[in-house]
Amino acid sequence: MLSGRSAASNGRIARHTTFRSRTDFALCPGREINQKRISLVQGIGVADMAVESNVIDAAGPYDRAKALSAFKLGDVTFYWITRLSAISVLLILGGIIISLIIGAVPAMKEYGFAFLWTQRWAPSADPPVLGALGPMYGTLVTSFIAMLIAIPVGLGIAIFLTELCPQWLRRPIGMAIELLAGIPSIIYGMWGFFVLGPFLANTFQPVMIKIFDGIPVLGAIFAGPPSYLSLFNAALILAIMVLPFITSISVDVFKTVPPVLKEAAYGVGCTTWEVVRSVVIPYTRVGIIGGVMLALGRALGETMAVTFIIGNSFRISSSIFAPGTTISAAIASEFAESDGLHQSGLILLGLLLFVLTFFVLAGARLMLLRLEKKAGK
Amino acid sequence: MTDLSVSVSSNAHLASQQPLPEAPAKVTVRNLNFYYGEHHALKNINLALGTNRVTAFIGPSGCGKSTLLRIFNRMYDLYPGQRVTGQLMLDQTNILDPKLDLNLLRARVGMVFQKPTPFPMTIYENIAFGIRLYEKISKSEMDDRVEKALRGGALWNEVKDKLNASGLSLSGGQQQRLCIARTVAVRPEVILFDEPCSALDPISTAKVEELIQELSENYTIAIVTHNMQQAARVSDKTAFMYLGELIEFDDTSKIFTSPSDRRTQDYITGRFG
Repeated sequence: MLSGRSAASNGRIARHTTFRSRTDFALCPGREINQKRISLVQGIGVADMAVESNVIDAAGPYDRAKALSAFKLGDVTFYWITRLSAISVLLILGGIIISLIIGAVPAMKEYGFAFLWTQRWAPSADPPVLGALGPMYGTLVTSFIAMLIAIPVGLGIAIFLTELCPQWLRRPIGMAIELLAGIPSIIYGMWGFFVLGPFLANTFQPVMIKIFDGIPVLGAIFAGPPSYLSLFNAALILAIMVLPFITSISVDVFKTVPPVLKEAAYGVGCTTWEVVRSVVIPYTRVGIIGGVMLALGRALGETMAVTFIIGNSFRISSSIFAPGTTISAAIASEFAESDGLHQSGLILLGLLLFVLTFFVLAGARLMLLRLEKKAGK
Repeated sequence: MTDLSVSVSSNAHLASQQPLPEAPAKVTVRNLNFYYGEHHALKNINLALGTNRVTAFIGPSGCGKSTLLRIFNRMYDLYPGQRVTGQLMLDQTNILDPKLDLNLLRARVGMVFQKPTPFPMTIYENIAFGIRLYEKISKSEMDDRVEKALRGGALWNEVKDKLNASGLSLSGGQQQRLCIARTVAVRPEVILFDEPCSALDPISTAKVEELIQELSENYTIAIVTHNMQQAARVSDKTAFMYLGELIEFDDTSKIFTSPSDRRTQDYITGRFG
């Protein structure tokens, strides 16, 4: 470190002299003065050299290599700072995975792979019986329904904002979307618990149950009784929460479509819908899927709002109007009072969520690759 | 005047080229004014595009050539704050009629842009896409139409073995010919070229110019260009525009050999612009 600092101060002196002689040249107004100045500068240069020769090893007042070597030290420092920052991500990620695994080992030893397909969750039994099927099912179903609602609505808003919206309406809607993203999840939870849940249970759910009553598969999915706390309510709240992600990212990527490409499509006689479907969306496919993945990641892991309104029941029901639980909701609601094997089981749940998210993201990547192949790249 | 004849004499074919007989007007422009918000971009334009003739628009940047072209297919409609007054007829159709079906108008008046703009799909789909907007035809008929269009764009021989490759995988010149083929595929009556060669290399440029010549047998063509040799090579009539006004509109051979306006002469001899 010491040697580094002395090199830096060397550099500073070298640069200092460089600047002085440069400005002197630049300031010369006329030819005669110029002559005089040059001799003067040379004088100074010689004097400087005499004083600083031990520092600049007699290379003259303008030693570019010396000046550059000082910059080089900065470059190396910069390189290492950025490199360490990047490596720290790996370290943090690895640390989290390792500590999760260590915490989950007792549960893994006790239940093995049966943990994955056991539905029963009885931590107070002796010995405790723990199975992850219920929370995993709830996580996947709520996220799936949430995306089913949020993707079309989010894309619709983005298309309206970029292609159709009159200028004066653009800012208010755009700001509303951004504000939606800024609402803390606990507020969504409270709103879902006190307002949305009762509202859905009194209006939407009875209607759906009545419509699909008796129809083979759909009848089981939309089975009664209506409930304030249900998978569907949680999914709807999740949809509202991830909507801003999908919309704002889609808006940003839609704006990257070159106007001339859109003009070309309009030029062969496309309607706005045809331009969006055949040009704008294919052109921005990668960006849109990125936004959707971000939203999905959030939906899978969202905890507070879901814990409020999902009902925290580990039983799997075919109906989406029945209460359920998700991995994160189960952990949040039980972790504080857990110990021993129960706690280890919850940590194992957390590890499962991690793996689940990883597979979803990997699947999305794969889908993207196949799409690109199909488009002929 | 002397230096002018010297500079033009290199275009030997020009002197021998007899102007084609007057063609009936396909597009008629009368007292056309255009505004970008407050800015008066086109001032009282009067001219006519002859049927199956090539009309070139030349002039310095910002003189309104492209603007005029974009009025012919109402492309300006996509943007707020742009408006037009005057009269603009395509045969008997009033192009400026606010109730006009723009999609049908753009099927009749095709456009090729400065930069190649292949759609993000396969070569085949790039052509079939436009056709499908207007016609429901069988797969074999579609194959036929795509081939015809690609031949029309002088591209068939280069891409017939890779119709399922992305349109974006072609070279710049091929992409531009793909765009021309795409425009032709919809069977328009008028084709607008907005500096079609400015992003292309000389060989591709020559191919596109040749193509424009061939297309002019069946289509009415308007081309905006910064390249005066190009205007001289491909067009029958040339319009010189300056600061939003139409300065001179005449047979190409006359514009390039004996222009009647001082400003035209200055421009084509390279004194400004």
